[in-house]
Amino acid sequence: MTDTSPYDLEALGVSKNFGSFSAVKEVSFDIPSGSFFSILGPSGCGKTTLMRMIAGFEEPSGGDIRIKGKSVLGTPPNRRNVKMVFQHLALFPMMNVYENIAYGLRCNGVGAADIKRKVQDVLERIALPDVGEREIHQLSGGQKQRIAIARCMVLDPDVLLLDEPLGALDLKLREAMKIELKLLQHQFNTTFVYITHDQSEALVMSDNVAIMNQGEFEQIGTPQELYHHPKTAFVAGFVGDSNRWSGVVKASDATGGKVETEQGLPMSFSSAGEAAIQEGSKVNIFVRPEFIRTVRAGDADQLAETGDNRMDGIVDSLLFNGANSRILVRTGSGELVEADVTLTGDNDLKPGEDVHLVWSAKQAMCFAEQGTA
Amino acid sequence: MQNKDIKRLSLILLFAPFALWIILLIMLPHIGMVILSLKEKVAPRVYQYSFANYLEFINEPIYWNTLLRTGSMSLLVTALALLIGFPIAYYIAKIAGPRSRGGLFLLCLIPLWVSDLIRAFGWILLLRETGVISNFLLWTGLVGAPVEFLYNDVAVIIGLTYTVILFMIVPLVSTLDGMDNSMIEAGYNLGGNGFTVLRRIIIPYAMPGIVAGCIVTFMLTAGSYLTPILLGGKNSSWFTEQIYNQFITRFNWEGGAAFGMLLLLFTSLVIWLGLKLSGQTLANTVAKS
Repeated sequence: MTDTSPYDLEALGVSKNFGSFSAVKEVSFDIPSGSFFSILGPSGCGKTTLMRMIAGFEEPSGGDIRIKGKSVLGTPPNRRNVKMVFQHLALFPMMNVYENIAYGLRCNGVGAADIKRKVQDVLERIALPDVGEREIHQLSGGQKQRIAIARCMVLDPDVLLLDEPLGALDLKLREAMKIELKLLQHQFNTTFVYITHDQSEALVMSDNVAIMNQGEFEQIGTPQELYHHPKTAFVAGFVGDSNRWSGVVKASDATGGKVETEQGLPMSFSSAGEAAIQEGSKVNIFVRPEFIRTVRAGDADQLAETGDNRMDGIVDSLLFNGANSRILVRTGSGELVEADVTLTGDNDLKPGEDVHLVWSAKQAMCFAEQGTA
Repeated sequence: MQNKDIKRLSLILLFAPFALWIILLIMLPHIGMVILSLKEKVAPRVYQYSFANYLEFINEPIYWNTLLRTGSMSLLVTALALLIGFPIAYYIAKIAGPRSRGGLFLLCLIPLWVSDLIRAFGWILLLRETGVISNFLLWTGLVGAPVEFLYNDVAVIIGLTYTVILFMIVPLVSTLDGMDNSMIEAGYNLGGNGFTVLRRIIIPYAMPGIVAGCIVTFMLTAGSYLTPILLGGKNSSWFTEQIYNQFITRFNWEGGAAFGMLLLLFTSLVIWLGLKLSGQTLANTVAKS
């Protein structure tokens, strides 16, 4: 083999237009061999169209898609070594588990003895060695999931595409399958491309995540990069939860500056994104709830290690969710701010209490406002 | 307690018309037919029970030849309806857009608004010696003299296929409609070509619809009377014509009843065989669609 490309899948300026509507605009990315890559975006952002182009169900209007360094444009879906796990899995209900997995091998003309060995082998790898003779409707949701993956993996694909396959599962099973998918990916050591609108799925499982919005990639990076160093306001708002303020820059230097929010409150920030922010420009500031410290008004001595920013307010309500509990604080200017709190069950904050909210300028991510909005 | 009585009463009231229909219009006539078919006329107005009417059928080759001919031609019509109907149903269910789907389905239904007689007459207008096709061929100079297309087996098969094809398309569309498109895409994605996907995925999935359509079209064809008579003329030798002859021409009700029972047994046997061969049951085919 001459292919020495370090990338299993590359997209070079891929576009797709449906009439005058462009679903995917000039998307480029490359995925190193054996990694878990997620495309995360809201519904209708074009991620499914992008995946269908990789699988060969749609022809791109422009650009090139390469698998193992070779362009696959014009190659029909059944000749691409890219397998896909569909949203509703699309297991064949008229075949049993064994036949479902053997289908692809039979299409490739593999001999009967080899089929038997390979099917048994893959069933053992997904830890379901005895389900071969079962009918599809006899399987549980998680088992169906694993069979759908096995059906693809038995063909030894270069890339496995997964189109929101966890969407139909209930919450508990979804959490378990997240970990299982990651383990399966390690075990098969195949490149997984995972499409989802659920950020926790993408963040937990992926080596790299691409954030897609309105047909374009906003940012590609590791989950930590996306969370802590978003490059655009959309990424900052879409990945994780944030409090958001709009304001005008009053003072700015290379590392940060001061903003006056629309409510007239001063706030200091450190500049995020690439471009330096000009004084006088309109900006959006994002602060994650877990970086906001809540201090009771009475315990002012705790403010010794004050952050750069401070707001006073009254606890409006308590959103109890175990370790992820949160309070809503109504500030003096009337807006609601979310802050994470640790609730111990003893002497906790209660609605109606006066509190100070404190956070560091480093955690205030600032983005120049785009367009006129 | 009272609630339970009301429930029971409403069940009885709802069930009554159905029970009346089954008993009065289906079961009673058939019991009467069976009794009638087992009677033999030994003297004027003197009857005795025997299998004479059935024996007559076996001993007279023309009768069972007609039955076999009717059966085999009905199978041919069923196969043709399936071959022509499947692509149409597939187009309506899978390829046509949601808006044109309703229109196409309606187009298939329109012929049903016209009676059998008129539809058969339409074919007569086209196929007869002085008909449209014959005149057209004369006009183009392809033939020198008028051609008679009517009164042969081909005309009968064309007419019957046209009459019953709708009953093939409807159950096929409803089963194919229930098939997730991603199932077909998965078939291609896993390496299948068009033929493999059709043979291993689409046809097995549509099997209940195929069998349901085949049962209905076969029953309708084997039991049809008007179309074979009008398009096949005296040569049609359709088994229903024999039944008609026994009842009306020869006034032999006993013989006619026996023939009627034989047709019912024969078509039931063919359908039973078909179900066995395709591995389907009545419950998941006709009862479903």
